[in-house]
Amino acid sequence: MNKKTRLLFRSLILLIIVCAVSYTIYKSLTKDDVATVGDQAPNFVLTDLNGHKVKLSDFKGKGVFLNFWGTWCEPCKQEMPDMEKLYSEYKKKGVEILAVNVGESNVAVKDFKSEYKLTFPIVNDKTGDVVEAYGIDPLPTTVLVDKNGKIIKKTSASLPYDTIKQFMEMIKP
Amino acid sequence: MKAIKCECGHENPYGTEFCAACGKPFKGGDSDQLINMRYEGSAIRSKTYNKTIIDKIWNFFSSVKVGVTIIFIILVAAAIGSIFPQQEYIPSNADPATYYEDRYGIFGKIYYLLGFENLYGSWWFITLLAALGLSIIVASIDRGVPLYKSLKNQRVTRHENFLKGQRLVSITPGSIPFEHIKGALIKNRYKVREENGNILAEKGRFSRWGAYVNHTGLIIFLVGAMLRFFPGMYIDKVVWIKEGETAAIPGTNNEYYLKNNNFILQTYSKNDKQYKAALQKAGEVPKNYESKITLYRAKSKPVIGELPKLEKIKDGQAKVNHPFKFSHYGIYQSYYRQGELDKMKFNLVNKKTGKAYGPMTVDLNNPKTEYDLGHGVEVKLSRYYPNFYFDEKGLPASRNKSPENPAFVFDFKTPETPDGERSLVAIQQTIEANKQQANKYKMKFAGVEMKDVSGLTVKKDLTLPIIIVGAAIFMLGVVQGLYWNHRRIWIRQKDNETWLAAHTNKNWFGFKKEIQKISDETGLIMPVDKVEPKRS
Repeated sequence: MNKKTRLLFRSLILLIIVCAVSYTIYKSLTKDDVATVGDQAPNFVLTDLNGHKVKLSDFKGKGVFLNFWGTWCEPCKQEMPDMEKLYSEYKKKGVEILAVNVGESNVAVKDFKSEYKLTFPIVNDKTGDVVEAYGIDPLPTTVLVDKNGKIIKKTSASLPYDTIKQFMEMIKP
Repeated sequence: MKAIKCECGHENPYGTEFCAACGKPFKGGDSDQLINMRYEGSAIRSKTYNKTIIDKIWNFFSSVKVGVTIIFIILVAAAIGSIFPQQEYIPSNADPATYYEDRYGIFGKIYYLLGFENLYGSWWFITLLAALGLSIIVASIDRGVPLYKSLKNQRVTRHENFLKGQRLVSITPGSIPFEHIKGALIKNRYKVREENGNILAEKGRFSRWGAYVNHTGLIIFLVGAMLRFFPGMYIDKVVWIKEGETAAIPGTNNEYYLKNNNFILQTYSKNDKQYKAALQKAGEVPKNYESKITLYRAKSKPVIGELPKLEKIKDGQAKVNHPFKFSHYGIYQSYYRQGELDKMKFNLVNKKTGKAYGPMTVDLNNPKTEYDLGHGVEVKLSRYYPNFYFDEKGLPASRNKSPENPAFVFDFKTPETPDGERSLVAIQQTIEANKQQANKYKMKFAGVEMKDVSGLTVKKDLTLPIIIVGAAIFMLGVVQGLYWNHRRIWIRQKDNETWLAAHTNKNWFGFKKEIQKISDETGLIMPVDKVEPKRS
């Protein structure tokens, strides 16, 4: 074997192994199939309190402030009124709020909605499939989807007014 | 780095210790010193070229010392990883950051900090395995190829110094009939080649490939293990399905759905003939855990959150040790929870007369809001707290969404109480809204329906056949290399002397016995082993 072929042969074998291992490590580090920042937001369809189907893809071209919540969760109770305050202002600017309840009874969700006088769409993830696809844990978790349907942020922090506003600015189309 | 041209005319690569064709040693000259027969004196390639960075990496992994070190590190790491349970085996609600320390003290903390809680999938463990794979491949190529070439190129006539340098050498004066020697060798199942009155008798050469066959098996094994990380190759997940409910089977991309029809837990009968005595001591002993299930397939790929149209494939059961199998999947009965509250029944009762309306059934997971009990009696569920408690302000609240301790606020109207009455009903507790005047009616608990939940493990492993093939080839290589020996005997006749030199790659004891037999048959002098300590 001459020097050139030898070098080529060695490089090829090393390259194959490095590629295979990098891919394996990449796969082992990323949680399986959970949507993360940088991914296209997985489309979903859920039912709102009036029985209407709401699809994520309905909001194509708009920024979506996707908020996963439960009625018992204290930080959710804190951030919901602030979200409501900013909702109408940013709706005009092309930002939607979609609050995904994590599969509670309609009675509890309706009750919560009227108590906090929420006007943005609330859908219910009865099967937990959406929670699983987005890897939601703990509550609340907010996922910001930009106008191209890409996830640009995912946070489980309790959000004060200013942060929500800042987020809305981030996904304003 | 020039090739070495031997006096016999064969060109050997730089670094060769003795000529691959005739065996003339290039070092040491005429002495009686033993020749190092390892790899047939061929140049280990990596030792000779060391120029580019690729060559340097290659040469590093070519070293057997490096290989052994990698194996050793893997062994130590894998052993440490088995001291405490891996993260996937600790309770799923436990936080690993505190669990290991709480449970195992300071060692647990160190264990966690060093990342041993998820060792076998950690990047550095995978890297170690890859380094081992690389080391095996490189070392095998570097040694196997030259060895193959040398054995292929070896000539029957060998240089005198080569013969002298063997461990077993004897010189028998006088000539011994050539056919006689040949016959004895063939009788001992040697493959005999001859050239100018010289003989090369050889057997079991294929045992030299054992190590490389073994390494090939190991590489296939490692590839199989690696494929587990590739999508669609390996699934090991748990799905919880309540009786009567249908859920997507994880890992199937919403292609398959499973309905849990019924969970069964059977115990041994107290009067069991065989175990009666033991059962009296032990009490209830489970005999069978089983989920009756139905498999469905989605007719179209659903959007997440949507239940697609399903077509039934088959009914069956997942029993402990008897999984439900379909396509490449196995559904295993792994866990269960019994008696989860599912529905509650109530009657609306007139406190004075005891007249009851109802019953009405409240679904605890998704209750209706309005209930018509007939005769103009209406009940409205205004508030629902699935896991009820009084919060710090003294208000009713729920801890979470699971109906473990449900409480309800009911508004009820009867023809007798057209303005309606309200009360909060929890388990063994009723609080009426109107403090001034007691209600005329009350909601009376009339029974509960419970359901079991099956915890099923979904398994799919397409890598198993690859791993089995790899392991089988591995064992084949081990057998090939260990149970056969590569034995060679050289006979050279010159100047009225007959030279015998012999070499084997292992089991010199057996080899010497065989030569003794040949010596007895032919009259060739039995060589004295140069290595074995001489006995008096």
